[in-house]
Amino acid sequence: MKGKKLVELAKTIRSKNAGPDKITFDIIFKDKASYELVKHSRVITKQSIAKLYKIPQEKISDFVEFDPACAIKFTIYRTLASGSPGETDIFGCQQYPPLLDVAVPMK
Amino acid sequence: MPKPHQLRIICPNGHLGFAPTKEESFWLGAETSPDFYCCDSGSNDIGPGPVGADTCASPYEWQKHDLELMLIASRKQGVPMIIGSAGDTGTRSRVDRYVAIITELARQHSLPKFKLAYFYSDVSKQYLKSKLKTGHAIQGLDGRPDLSEEDLDNTNRIVAMAGIHPYVKALDMGADVIIGGRSSDSAIFAAPAIRAGFTEALSYYLGKVLECASFCAEPYAAKESVIGTITDHDVKVTAIAPFQRCTIASVASHAMYERANPFYEYVAGGMLDMTDCVYEQYDEKTTKITGPKFVPVTAKIKVKLEGSGKVGERFIGIAGVRDPYTIANIDKVIEWARAQVEERFGGQEYRLFYKVYGKNGVMGDLEPIQEIRSHELCLIVEGIAPSKEMAEEVTMIGTRQIFYARLPEVKGTAGTAAFVVDEVLPASPAYRWTINHIVEVDDPMELFELHLIEIG
Repeated sequence: MKGKKLVELAKTIRSKNAGPDKITFDIIFKDKASYELVKHSRVITKQSIAKLYKIPQEKISDFVEFDPACAIKFTIYRTLASGSPGETDIFGCQQYPPLLDVAVPMK
Repeated sequence: MPKPHQLRIICPNGHLGFAPTKEESFWLGAETSPDFYCCDSGSNDIGPGPVGADTCASPYEWQKHDLELMLIASRKQGVPMIIGSAGDTGTRSRVDRYVAIITELARQHSLPKFKLAYFYSDVSKQYLKSKLKTGHAIQGLDGRPDLSEEDLDNTNRIVAMAGIHPYVKALDMGADVIIGGRSSDSAIFAAPAIRAGFTEALSYYLGKVLECASFCAEPYAAKESVIGTITDHDVKVTAIAPFQRCTIASVASHAMYERANPFYEYVAGGMLDMTDCVYEQYDEKTTKITGPKFVPVTAKIKVKLEGSGKVGERFIGIAGVRDPYTIANIDKVIEWARAQVEERFGGQEYRLFYKVYGKNGVMGDLEPIQEIRSHELCLIVEGIAPSKEMAEEVTMIGTRQIFYARLPEVKGTAGTAAFVVDEVLPASPAYRWTINHIVEVDDPMELFELHLIEIG
């Protein structure tokens, strides 16, 4: 069984503010096959995201497998609201890179 | 007024003024004579600074450029133009600024008389205080607790998120141009469609899909025009730029953009449910959407509030580190510098933050990579204090002491940091979002002060 990285299967991987208190992540796949492959591989789940970002699962407010867009989307609560003193990413747009290297097993 | 069989709305820009509207696709769209020119001009994405300090995040010239295109095209055609969340924040002063720009443009272009409606979205602290005093909770969003009197006291400015109501009323009054205070993006587009008799479900969906202009098209390109068409049965969205198309994938994936959940959109008055949306490729550049639902509120209307409060004056320091021993001990270096600031200002009110680029400067605690892999680091020092003088000194000590850090084995005893400038830089004051809450209102217009004037 060989593997691929998520970055090889997705056409878009992004993060962005969803209001001042949340950051939302979109993983949009190139085609239905890649989407279904990742969806069924269970490498992107609430559990795996919590582990990757070292956050408790309660910090994940939404997790959706969104068939019409061939996308997996999840949203987390920020520790600090956007633009607060000490906060590092006002737009929340550079929080996705750890997703790029997630290994997806291939049959 | 007989109900039209369809309504066509052009959206030239996802955030008017933030980056200039691309003119080619705008004029191609204008040539097709849309029924409305609508655009959102604000966002809370830009952080709490602009609302708190009552400033713009966009340059005046870009705002004027974008308003000019829409005003000239809509007046030439004799159809309404609607702008929401004026000047990035939608505060009173930003609405006044856009009203002044429109007035000036009308004079420059010698436009015939027209009616300009504008409304304010600012909410007084007194209003919310009396709500709290009479036992009305101001409910927190996104996990926030209900609003406390303390947080309210620490707020400088508050805006309410308008729904369709002030827009519908302004159109009823005969407005040709509407400049709105802070508003839900989708309401700016939904208002004319609902007023014309189309369903709330399709109208809010129309707003949802149009609000970011060409972000619902592919390939990725911002600031290009798109046109949405609403009928009794569906919404169709068409890319106008010659190189863009609205595809099932681009439109469906846009439903996810900048929001916690792709299925639900909350506005003052109800919730748009996109769970059962069906997307079809209608023609080369157009996607057709059917199946959105709207769930109206059955109790009192809830209006979202945004408030920002000043934390203090702020300076920024920058330091570079190249010595591998210092890099390995960077936490100790920061500890040392913090201790020096504390020695000087201990017991006083200040805040000091270190962002270590090359370690976890971008992601902070979310960063999965624990070890430092870079051969050099950049430290950004953020010092905040009640006065500028103190903020400068806090930041200066916090930065310069990186240079004097006392590490037992360090070889470079002439200085342990490299400086681009041997000073700290004044930054805009620090603000924080004090309010991300909702308030119940008896009348959806009670927070919005609407005016109508004649221009020209």
